[in-house]
Formats: sequence, structure tokens, C-alpha cells
Amino acid sequence: MTGPAVPAEEPVVIEVERPWREAWRMFRRNTAAVAGLVTLSLIVLVTVLGPFVYPVDPFAPTGPLLLPPGEQGFLLGTDQQGRDLVVGLLYGSQSTLMVGAAAAAITITIGILFGALAGFYRGWVEEVLMRITEFFQVLPPLLLAMVVVLLFSPSIYSISIAIGVVSWPATARLVRAEFLRLRELDFVKAERAIGARNVRIIWTIILPNAAPPLIVSAALSVGIAILFEAGLAFLQLSDPNVMSWGYLISVNRPQILEAWWPVTFPGLAIFITVLSVSLIGDGLNDAFNPKLRER
Amino acid sequence: MRLPAAVAKRMGYALVLLFAVLVLNFTLLYLAPGDAAETIAGEAGGASPEMLAKIRKDYGLDLPFHDQLYLYLAKIVQGDFGHSFYFDQPVTTVIFENLAPTLLLVVSSLLIAISFGTFLGVFAARRPNGLLSQIITVLALLGYALPVFWTGIMLVILFASLIPLFPTSGMDAGPLGASGFDYVWEVLHHLALPVLTLSTIYLAFYSRLSRASMMDVLGADYIRTARAKGLNERVVVFKHALRNAVLPVVTFAGLQFGALFSGAVLVETVFSWPGLGTLAFDSILRRDTPTLLGILFFSALIVIVANLLTDLAYRLVDPRIKTAGKT
Repeated sequence: MTGPAVPAEEPVVIEVERPWREAWRMFRRNTAAVAGLVTLSLIVLVTVLGPFVYPVDPFAPTGPLLLPPGEQGFLLGTDQQGRDLVVGLLYGSQSTLMVGAAAAAITITIGILFGALAGFYRGWVEEVLMRITEFFQVLPPLLLAMVVVLLFSPSIYSISIAIGVVSWPATARLVRAEFLRLRELDFVKAERAIGARNVRIIWTIILPNAAPPLIVSAALSVGIAILFEAGLAFLQLSDPNVMSWGYLISVNRPQILEAWWPVTFPGLAIFITVLSVSLIGDGLNDAFNPKLRER
Repeated sequence: MRLPAAVAKRMGYALVLLFAVLVLNFTLLYLAPGDAAETIAGEAGGASPEMLAKIRKDYGLDLPFHDQLYLYLAKIVQGDFGHSFYFDQPVTTVIFENLAPTLLLVVSSLLIAISFGTFLGVFAARRPNGLLSQIITVLALLGYALPVFWTGIMLVILFASLIPLFPTSGMDAGPLGASGFDYVWEVLHHLALPVLTLSTIYLAFYSRLSRASMMDVLGADYIRTARAKGLNERVVVFKHALRNAVLPVVTFAGLQFGALFSGAVLVETVFSWPGLGTLAFDSILRRDTPTLLGILFFSALIVIVANLLTDLAYRLVDPRIKTAGKT
């Protein structure tokens, strides 16, 4: 039995491997996407290494109040409480990246669960799940997140959960659309004909084939989650024990007319981070699409 | 002719959605740590455990979940959304006072984004790789990646000190300001920067959407037929193509109303625009939960009404639709 099985499996492996390698080659050729990837990698590296290289309390004042950039050795100046903005930016990225990743993970998980079950089972399951999805689309996401974070008091966890819980409907719709398309294709019908169980068809047959658009939407979710985290922090809903870019903007806003720098630099940091994520997302989208056309 | 029945069905569904929002509101309140008894006691300057127990009994806070939910819904049906301790007024009164400025901001931003965005998209579609198309791509990237509150603050810095063309805070010049037409002008003057901030994000989105949609439509057979008939290009683009290309724009306008509201919360806070967003921010600072929950309910109500209107608009624009289509 093992003899003939080996040559039969080989072409399958090649078919699974090749599109991904092709997508990577396409991605590498996209200068903007590579620039985004390099920038994001640098930000992640600085976030991880920063606290080891520069172990200080980011909330502690270390200089005069509102010192302009470049004076007395403060490269980016100080904020209204005399805190070094370089330190603020260095430590602020932790909360941004952690909440961004955690919230996007929650968004994707709920989205896949709802979309996959609705698109695969159809009928009343789809009806119920899509009604719930529509319900969440009626609620302004930021307001709902504000309510959740205020009621459960702001922490890294409540903020990540709140952002994840308000952002999943778009992912659920995308996954459902992919499942509706893929469930009718021959390779899925073949699995059904040989008696594969539904659980296997959903998770190991259809879902991997829905991966390309899902990966693009995951990248976009990370960007949106980062903006949400910053927005909540701007509205004074941030973890009081964790430094964040949005918090820096929020506390320094009353002084913007005297000092532009404590608000400008954290905002630029948010912008650059979300921009890199978005460039990566666009690059992935372009990289995956020629493959779809080939089919 | 089946239009009224379909509309009635949509309205019934809208009521179910509103009911669900109320149930969600109450569930969140119920699950949250700490309860209203502590808040009430806190307002009165603290209370003993016996006092707390008495307050819980008086307000029905010791009842099981479904009984409390019933009491909550019964109050809502009578129009009682709770009391704002800070303003010492019913929540509904506070919200209605802030409703009009938000609607003004949101609706004008959406209209500007849609009309201007569609206009740009139509022209960009005629040269898919032209300069305008590239500008739209960059704009869309910026619109996605720029934190809207930060863009607003940058505009405040710019217009408050460097080019004082537009006011950067509030909605009018205060009680001593103008009246009549002068007042309208004053409000529009204050509206400029908030609308610019909020509409720019969606402007890029709609120009991208209408560009893609227009490029799709321009490749269709009936456009080729129209051109072959020798119709003038302007008639082909604006009368034949645009009417079909505008459909996805209408769909998204309804879907995005909720997101637009989220943006409005941030923009209002930046420009101290006296609407629901600023009220929501103030409610956070004062831990005024009843007001914040009331804002969530009424903004959901506005989104639902906007969706109903979009549905109707869709029927007007696209005569092919006769029954309520599922999306």
C-alpha cells in the first residue's frame, strides 16, 4: 500500500507549495510592501529590545517641562510632565503592538468561526449567525468599545477584548463569502463524496484555501486595531500602568498651541506603524491575486 | 407595488435590532464589576453595608437577571433612559440637546465625501493609470493610516496659530454671537475644519470605490453599444455608466454610517463640537454610565434609520429591485 501512495502524494505537495512561493516572489518585487515590512520589523525589534537597552520608568519625569526637541540632549524634547519623548515613544509601542496583535487575533477568530459556520452550513445556522453579525454592524464600533472599556475599567486586556469584539463583522462576512464560493468547488465535493466529516472539510479543506484573502484582511485588522487603541487612549481610556502613544497625545493635547512636539511625534509613530501594516496588506493582496487569476 | 410590504418588514426588523441593543446594554451593565448601588451611595458621600443592601432592594438590584432586565425595559418603554447624575437631568434630555450638531457634522461629511469622491472616481476611471488615479491611491492609503484625531489636532495647530482662517473650537461664537442668516454662516464657518477632517478619510474611500465600480461598468457591453450608437462621450459616462456605477456607493454609504459615527466621536472631541461625541467623551471623564449607554442606543437608532433610508434610496436608484433583497 505504501508503494503507490508516495508518487500520488508528491504532486499534491508541489501544488500546495508553489502558490505561496510565487506569492512571496511577487511580494518581494513590490518596493512599497517590502519597505513596510522592513519598517514594521524595525518597530517590533525596537519594541522588544528597547526596555533592555534603556531600562527606565517611562512615566518618570527626567527633565524640564515642555523642552523643545534637541535641547539639553533630549532628541525629541519633553512633554508637559517633563518626560523624555524618546522614552515615551520607545515604551509606548509595546501597548500599541500588543493590543494591535491581540485584538486582531480576536477579530480573526470570531470572524472565522461565524463566517465558516454560516457559509458552510447555510440554512438556519447562516440566518442566525448573519443576523448577529448585522446587529454588531449597527452599533458604532468605537462607542461600543468605549462602553465596554469604561464598564470593565481600562486595562490591556479589556481594551484588546473590546476592540476585537467590535471589529469582527467585516471578517465574518469575508469568510462567509469565501466559504460560499469554495463549498461548491469540485475538490470539496470530492471530499464529501469520499465521506469526509464536516469538521475536516471546514478546517482542513476549505479554510486553507480561503487563506489568501484572510491574511490580507488580518493585516488590515491589525492596522484598524492599532488606530482603535490610539483612539481609546486619546479619549483617556488607556491602561493607567502602561505607556502608550495615544496616551501621550491625550495628556499633551491641552498644550498644543505652546508645544507641538509632544503630540506630533507620537501621532507620527502611530501613522508610520499603521502605514507599514497597510503597505504589507496591499503587497500581500497584489501577491495573492495573480494566483487567483490563474485558477 | 410590493414596496410598502417590504418596507414594513424592514421596519419590523429594525425594531428587533433596537430591542437587541437594549438587551446588550443591560447585559453589559449587569456583567460589569461594581453596581448602581455603589454609584448612588458614592453620590451621597458613601454608605454603610446596610445602606447598600437597602439601596439594592429599593432599586431591585438583588433580583435575578431576567427580572432586572424586565424592569429596565419597562422603564425604557416609558422613555426613561436613566438619570445623568452630572447634569442632574434625564439622559434623554441631555442627548436630544446634543443630537442636532452630530447629525449636521456626520451628514455633511458623508455627503461631501460621497459627491466629491464619486466625482474624482469617475474621472480617475477614464485613465486607470493616470495622475488622478495615483493621487487617489495615495489618498486612500493616508486616509486609512492617519489617526483621525491626530489629523484634527494638526489642523488645530495649523489654523489656530499659523493661518487663522477658520475657528478651531465650538459650533458658534457663543450667546453674544449673530442671529438669523448670520448665525447659519457662523455655524458653517465653525463646521469647516471638523467636516474637512472627517470627510477626508471617506473621500478617499469613495473615490476608490467609485473608480473601481466605474471601470467595471465602462467595460460592459451596453456601454460599447451606447458608444457604437454614436452617443456623445459625456452622455455615455454620466448617464449610462454613472447610474450603474453609483450602486455600490449607495450600499456602502449605509454600511459605513456606524463607522462614521465612531470617527465623529474623535473629531468632535478634538474640535469641542457640541454633539454626542463630545458628550460621550465628557461621560467617560465623569464615569456617567447612563449617559454613555443612552448615546450608544441613540446612535444605533440613527444607524438603523440611515440603513432604512439607504434601502429606500437603493430602490429609487435601481429600479430592478422589487423585493427586499438580502445583503
